[in-house]
Order: sequence, then structure tokens, then C-alpha cells
Amino acid sequence: MTKLNLSHLDITVAVSGLKTGDNPQPGVPVIRSLRSAGFKGKIVGLVYDAMESGIYLEGLADEVYQMPYPSTGAESFLTRLDYILSRTKVHVVIPTLDSEIPLYIRLEKELMQRGIKTFLPTEEQFNLRDKIKLAQFFPPKGIDIPKTHLLQSADDIYKLRDELDFPVIIKGRLYEAYKALNLFEAQKYFYELQAKWGLPIIMQEIIPGDEFNVVIVGDGKGHCLGMVPQRKLVITDKGKGFGGVVVKNPGLESYATKVIEALSWRGPCELEIIKSEDGVFYLIEINPRFPAWVRLAEGSGQNQPAATVLLAMGETLHSLPPFKPGTLFIRHAEDIISDISLLGDISVNGELVR
Amino acid sequence: MNTNQLMTLAVNKNGFIFDPENGVSYTVNETGLFILQKMQDGLQNGEIISALCSEFDVEKDQARSDYEHFLAMLKALSLVED
Repeated sequence: MTKLNLSHLDITVAVSGLKTGDNPQPGVPVIRSLRSAGFKGKIVGLVYDAMESGIYLEGLADEVYQMPYPSTGAESFLTRLDYILSRTKVHVVIPTLDSEIPLYIRLEKELMQRGIKTFLPTEEQFNLRDKIKLAQFFPPKGIDIPKTHLLQSADDIYKLRDELDFPVIIKGRLYEAYKALNLFEAQKYFYELQAKWGLPIIMQEIIPGDEFNVVIVGDGKGHCLGMVPQRKLVITDKGKGFGGVVVKNPGLESYATKVIEALSWRGPCELEIIKSEDGVFYLIEINPRFPAWVRLAEGSGQNQPAATVLLAMGETLHSLPPFKPGTLFIRHAEDIISDISLLGDISVNGELVR
Repeated sequence: MNTNQLMTLAVNKNGFIFDPENGVSYTVNETGLFILQKMQDGLQNGEIISALCSEFDVEKDQARSDYEHFLAMLKALSLVED
């Protein structure tokens, strides 16, 4: 299959998550992948915060609109969207943040009525990959998960002390994870994560081995349209991968395919997988959107964001081009020089039209 | 000796080795690179030792000792198996 080309599309694509920096969101690399596929239409950036750095990148988003936080509900979301649609048409939206995806899934019909297309999983698929459900859904399907406990109180950790093998990972339901070296650290992280993300807190055993991340677009019928696996080479103190290399591992690919089959996943996702020292693969997490390193997929020959736009537009794709193992990415932070008036526009008016 | 894993390595002429299956990379010196290339060409132990003697002008015992040491490292990295 040849490289995907979007140069024929005269449409507007909206993309969320324009923050880069030390904890980058996937919006900027998604937009860059679309442009790299020759997309000449309009890009609308949807942001939650005036300090999302991608707003200030010249040549990235043609228009930027501030959105209400997903927690404010569907009504305020649709009201804001209707305002945006009074300013510009939007044909396709690619949401890139975990917390907003459920809203886009639930509002699929309302979005369609407004002429906006998405390529996302169903609510059922989305819920099955929830961190708190992984350990129930996947093992009966032959997909191993590290031993996991769902914690409702810090006391649960104490009660489990005899069966725990420290260090363990303590995770928030949506975001953040910490390695706890002992009972006291585990309880400390429990309280920190509970305050930020609520209950339950997830406690997971650590599997020593090689960690891989796989970016995938599923067709919703159990097949992977595209898949690019990488191994992180540079990891920040926040655990973010700031460098990685594409690998070619048939065992890993067939394991990832099995995960997508089990879910019949539709749309983009990222799998976090560990291959243990004895060669067993374990599924750690499924993120329901593109990862911030998705440009590596494009760079290795498989432009998954471009494919997602085509799929949302109703085109049929059977598979994406093969990826090139050994393709490397190193994340590079750079200062953007802008003018304070841009910050003023987005802060006061909630929008920026270039 | 099973060298299947070793056959998948991408070997750069400067001695940079990339294992595409797990993303791990290594560096080897000129001698290590010479041995790896001979192994990937399918040469047997005795042939590699003889090749080392003629390429680097060393005694056979020295070449065998160095080769066995290198082989032990490859085994420790699971790049070759007995």
C-alpha cells in the first residue's frame, strides 16, 4: 500500500490537546502528521487552557477555540460547539485526551447532526479497557494482566500486606502512576491520587522485563488497520517517553492483535505491554487515543492520524503501509516566541483566528 | 549453536548493533564487529578463529580465548544459544 495522501480533502479537521512540554498531549503531533500527509484544509485547535503551547505555534492550527472542561457536561460542550460552528465548519474531530473521549462517544449522534464525523470506539469498548476492568475482562481471553488490586481505602493496602511483593505500582483511575517501595509509600500515593482522581485506586504488581508501547488504529470489527510498536529509549522522571525506536517483534504484534480482537476496538489507541523475563507478554494499559509519540508512526511509514481522518470520512481502508523498524524519535523542547496579544485573544475571547 | 537471534541484528559498519525485536542497541569494537559479521555469514567456530588469526595477526590460542570470551557475552545477552 502506498503512503496516505490527504491533499484532495478540502475539509476542516478539529484536534484537541495542544499542550507540549514535559507532559505533552497528542494534538500537535496529530496535526503535524495530517500536514505531512499533504492536508491543505483548515485545522481547528480545541484547547482547555490558554497556555497550551501549540496555540502559539505558527502554521499549526488556523483557528483555536477554548472548550469547556468535559466535567461541565454535554450541554455546555454542545453550546460551545454550536458557537464554533457559527464561525467555521468542522467536518472531522480527533479528540486526543482520555477525559474528553467519553463525551465525544456519547455525543456521536449530536455531532453527526452537526455534520461532524469521528472515528472512535463504542462506549462498551471504551469501558472494557478501563484500568479497573482490565483484570476481569482480559485474562479469560488468554491475555495476561499483572496481578491487580482495586483499592477503596488506604487500609486495603495494609490488609493485603502479606501478599504484596514491593515495589508495586499505584495508579490513578485516569492519570498518573507511582512506584511504591513499601507500605508507607503506597499509602502516601494512595491519598495523593485519591485527592486528584477519586476512587478506586489501582495497585498493580511490577513485572520485570522489556516495556513496549504500540500505537494502533482498529477497524471496530476486530482487526488492526495499522500498528507501530516502539521501545522507549529516553524516559523522563515523570515516566514519559522522550525518545524511542520502532521495533519489529512478531510475538508482540500477535499479542497486540489479540487485544484488539478481544475488544473489537474502533479508532486509535495505545497499548502498554511488558514482555517478562520469561517471555510472557502482559497488558499494562490501553489508552483510548493516540499517544503523544504518534509522529513516530508517521515517520516510520504509517500515518495513522491521516488514516483516522479518511476512516472518519467514510473511506474504506483495509490496511496501512508497513512500518520501518529502527525508526527513531527524540523529543526536542523548543521555546516559541510569540506576542502577548495572542494570549490576550485566547484568554479574553476564548478564540484565536489567524 | 543457535544463532537465529543474532541473524536478526542490524549491524552497522561502525560497530553499532540494533536488535529490531526488542529495540536494544549495542556497540562493539573492530574485533567484535569482525566476529559478528563472520557469524552472520554462517562461519563455524574454527573458521572464525582462523579468520581472526589472519585478520589481526594473533596466535591461535589468543584468538580462541578472545572469541570464547566474546561468545560468552553474546550468550549472556541471549543473542546466541547452545
